[in-house]
Amino acid sequence: MAKTALQFRHNGSDVAIFVDGGTNLLVALRELIGDMTPKFGCGQGGCGTCSVLIDGELHLSCLTLAETVAGRSVETLDSLKQGPNLHPLQRAFADNFAAQCGYCTPGMLMAAKALLDRNPSPSRAEVVEAISGNICRCTGYEPIINAILAASGGRASA
Amino acid sequence: MTRHRGRGIASINYPIGMNLGGDPSQALVHSNPSGKFTVALSSIDLGQGMKSVTRQICAETLGVPVEDVYVDTADSDTGPHCMGSFASRGTHRVGNAVMAAAREARGVMMEAAAEELEVNAADLETDGRGNIHVKGAPHRSISTKEVAIAAQFKQGKTISGRGIFLVPLSNVDPETGEMSPATCYAHACLVAEVEVDDETGEVTMIRMDSAYELGRALNPRLVEQQLVGGAWMGVSHALYETPEPYYPDPIHGPRDFVEYVMPGPGDICPHDIAVLERPAPDGPFGAKGPGEMCANPVLPAVANAIFNAVGVRIDDLPITPEKVLRAIKAEGGARPQARR
Repeated sequence: MAKTALQFRHNGSDVAIFVDGGTNLLVALRELIGDMTPKFGCGQGGCGTCSVLIDGELHLSCLTLAETVAGRSVETLDSLKQGPNLHPLQRAFADNFAAQCGYCTPGMLMAAKALLDRNPSPSRAEVVEAISGNICRCTGYEPIINAILAASGGRASA
Repeated sequence: MTRHRGRGIASINYPIGMNLGGDPSQALVHSNPSGKFTVALSSIDLGQGMKSVTRQICAETLGVPVEDVYVDTADSDTGPHCMGSFASRGTHRVGNAVMAAAREARGVMMEAAAEELEVNAADLETDGRGNIHVKGAPHRSISTKEVAIAAQFKQGKTISGRGIFLVPLSNVDPETGEMSPATCYAHACLVAEVEVDDETGEVTMIRMDSAYELGRALNPRLVEQQLVGGAWMGVSHALYETPEPYYPDPIHGPRDFVEYVMPGPGDICPHDIAVLERPAPDGPFGAKGPGEMCANPVLPAVANAIFNAVGVRIDDLPITPEKVLRAIKAEGGARPQARR
């Protein structure tokens, strides 16, 4: 099968790769670009751990055809940390014990970032809605909700 | 259509570890010439915090800062043997093994320090900040780093220790069937409040209140984290999850996360937890372990709460809306019980 040349911005840098037709963005990011921060959970949009931002909007990379991001800007979890400095959301996740096994964390952080980018002081209900496409097995969600509220300057309580 | 509130309670008694093969775990502790220590384990941290807890146990036993201990759990081919991370055994079994190994390593460290300070090892103590000094004379002091360097390059000693924890295997008495499968037990009690919709059969969690007795909580934030999250695994077992919804016919079984139902962030409810600490005599610093018991009391409490709400006793998990509706229909309607 002929490969297609694909260019887009990945975490602020221009990247150019060749993809097979039908390749999804998750595979392109992980296997062709080497960014392992978006995780493969279910591969069919049921768990949210592959979430990335495309032009600032939250998307499931496993359900996005790689070719559709041509010329667009893709942000993954790898874009959050600036050198040794954690993003305020990452710091809040650590401080609030919002990760146990950690497999859902990349998707949770990207869903949280998408929320805070458009709504810097969300209500608890808005936080719950924002992560409702993400499954977490370990934490019972409560610490994650509290972490996002804490990062937004909101009150972290039940 | 009516939504009925109900409250249910359950208490559990939970054995730590298991009886099979004596349930052993091993640990090795050694110092590097930098004066830092490495704990080698084959036990795996699945996110429950075993690396943090064993690190604390090792540092406390050695008498060094927790920052000076690194726990390596990377490889079960080359690490000392462990039965595994299950049966709520990590803190208790692995913790005890680490404690034994750290105690042996501490003995060598104190001997090496005694040689450098030209005193009797029995007269030395650690300050927990990386120094060893003569009791009552803190100025007669040496750092663990200096001791490690002296042991490695001058004295030719390995500051290291081996630890194993093994519970004597308990056999079944052929006459009475009696045996002693565990050496220590944790306990919990949980009250669940639910709302049951008698038209849809849907069960909504309203709140949970619980008390857990798990020996000493070596890391209270990790204990809390595990109890908060584990309760939702319990709710999930009680109300949502099954790979065999139409057992024994697998045709309609769930195949993915879309069909295998689990609670989402919108399903959770407030949960107030009290942690009671009654140190276990054979636990590392009195610890037992939260482990599986964080999920266990939730299931019977939820089943009891549903009975309290609509008067149907469902003993088949998970308690799906379909089962609730069929049971209510068989009873000729919801029969709310007296509120407790």
